[in-house]
This record gives sequence, C-alpha cells and structure tokens, in this order.
Amino acid sequence: MSELTATTPIPLSRLLPWLLAAVPLLLLVAYLVTFDQGAVSQMGSYLHELMHDGRHLLGVPCH
Amino acid sequence: MIRALLVRGLLAGLAAGLIAACFAYAVGEPRVEAAIALEEAAHAAQDQAQSEAPAHSHSHDEAVVSRDGQRAGLFLALGLYGAAVGGVFALAFAALRGRIGPRPAGTLAAVMAAAAFVAVVLVPFVKYPANPPAVGDPETIGSRTVLYLVMVAIGLLSLAVAVTCARRVPRYPVAAGALGFLLPVAVAWLVLPEVEEVPSGFPATLLWDFRLASLATQLVLWAALGAFFRLAVSPRRPRTAVAG
Repeated sequence: MSELTATTPIPLSRLLPWLLAAVPLLLLVAYLVTFDQGAVSQMGSYLHELMHDGRHLLGVPCH
Repeated sequence: MIRALLVRGLLAGLAAGLIAACFAYAVGEPRVEAAIALEEAAHAAQDQAQSEAPAHSHSHDEAVVSRDGQRAGLFLALGLYGAAVGGVFALAFAALRGRIGPRPAGTLAAVMAAAAFVAVVLVPFVKYPANPPAVGDPETIGSRTVLYLVMVAIGLLSLAVAVTCARRVPRYPVAAGALGFLLPVAVAWLVLPEVEEVPSGFPATLLWDFRLASLATQLVLWAALGAFFRLAVSPRRPRTAVAG
C-alpha cells in the first residue's frame, strides 16, 4: 500500500504497456456509451437507444 | 503499483458514475421527459398535417428500448462512462505523479479532477452545450459529434500548453498557466462554426434547466471521482489503536 503513495515517478518503460493496453480499451467503452450509432457496435440503434438518457445528460451530441 | 492505481480508478469512477446517475435521475430526468413530450407532440402535429390517417412508418413510433429501459440505461451509461473515465484518469495520474503537478498524491488527484472537468466538460460545453431530446437535427449528428470531440481535444491540448507556460514563467505560474489555457480555448470558441439547431418555439426555460442539469451531472461525476481517487491514494494514518 505504501507504494501507492510514493512520489517517485513511475518509469515510462513500466507505464507504456499499461497505457497501450488499457487506454484504447477504456476509450472504446467510453465511445460505445457516448457516441456509437451502430458503426462500431454493429447493433444498429440499440446502444444509442439504451444509452439515450445518459448521452443527453452527459452533454454529448445524441441526435 | 500501476495495476493497483488502475483498479482504484475504475472503482472510483464506477461509484462516481452511479452517484452522478442518481443526481441525473432526480434533477435531469424530469427535463428529459418534458422535452420528449414536446417532441412527440410536434411529431403528432406533423403527422396530422401530412394526412388524416396516423402515420406509423416513422422509426420513432417503434421504440427499440422503452422509456423505462432508457431510464435504467442512464445508470448503465453513467456507471460505464465513469469507470472508463476513472481508468484513464488513474493511468494519467500514474504517468504524471512525481513529474508534473503538486507532490502530495491526494492534492494531485484533486487538481487533476478539477482540471479534467474544465478541459473535457466545461470547454466543449461553453461552445456546444448539451441539448435535450427534440433539439438538434439528426442529419447533422456526424458533424456535431466531430466538432464536440475537436473541442474536447482543444481543451486537453490547452491544458498541456498551460502547464508548459506555467513552468516556463516560474515567477508568475498562475497567470502564465491561465493565459496559456484561455488563449487557445478562446480562439477555438471564436473560430469553430456555430451550431444553432434549437427549434423555434422550444421553451427557453426548459432548455436552460436541462443544460444546467446536464452540466451539474458532469460536475457531480468529476467531483466524486476526484474525491474518491484522492481518498484511495492519500497516505493512511498509522492505526496505533489496533494491536499487531
């Protein structure tokens, strides 16, 4: 736990795999929630309709 | 260590998203309902004007997800969005810690959350504010989405410019940082095209209330994310009372 609060920078060589693996995945989830109109999900307008109220209230363009 | 930070970020984001969803359900949903009622009234009037027989060929007549489903979807959407944002936030924290920003981990988390809210939410909101159902032309959703994302990117890039400026002018870091942030953001606000698609006759008070509710939802999400993540990375006081 003490590692969590250390202030020495984490070396970039250790960061890079996490950034490359996790960030695209996380951004994909955010994209599917906020913007997908069927192009990536291949679910037609289903995601749009399911996330509809969330999109409006998160302030992203919905329709 | 990175994994531990990421897990905490995901959990903090999920919790923040669900809290924001509760807020949005209480404050935002009544405005969404009011806007949908107006939208349906407008469609009904249009259908009646076109022919006496009610037209059922429009896609809005066949709901893919019911209104109850969409209200539940609010919690799903904000929970997933919160977790995703929290994960990216945690990895950004892992990259910045010890390099940029305040040294105490908790302070860095709080400053990052505030900065991220301004760059990712406030900057695009000022130019392209949230719209309730019935506002916005479905034909232009593509270009409006691109413009919105451009504004998010400009907010994040301006943050980087601000940090660089603050470091270059150590005598006046706050003034240099503020200038470095506001200058590119203001130019983008002025240069990027306007979007004006509010139908004539849409109640101004409803539009205002919806936009305020939307901005407040994001504020709740980012404030909660910052608070939870700050708790997760703050050093714990040694528990002297506990034996062992």
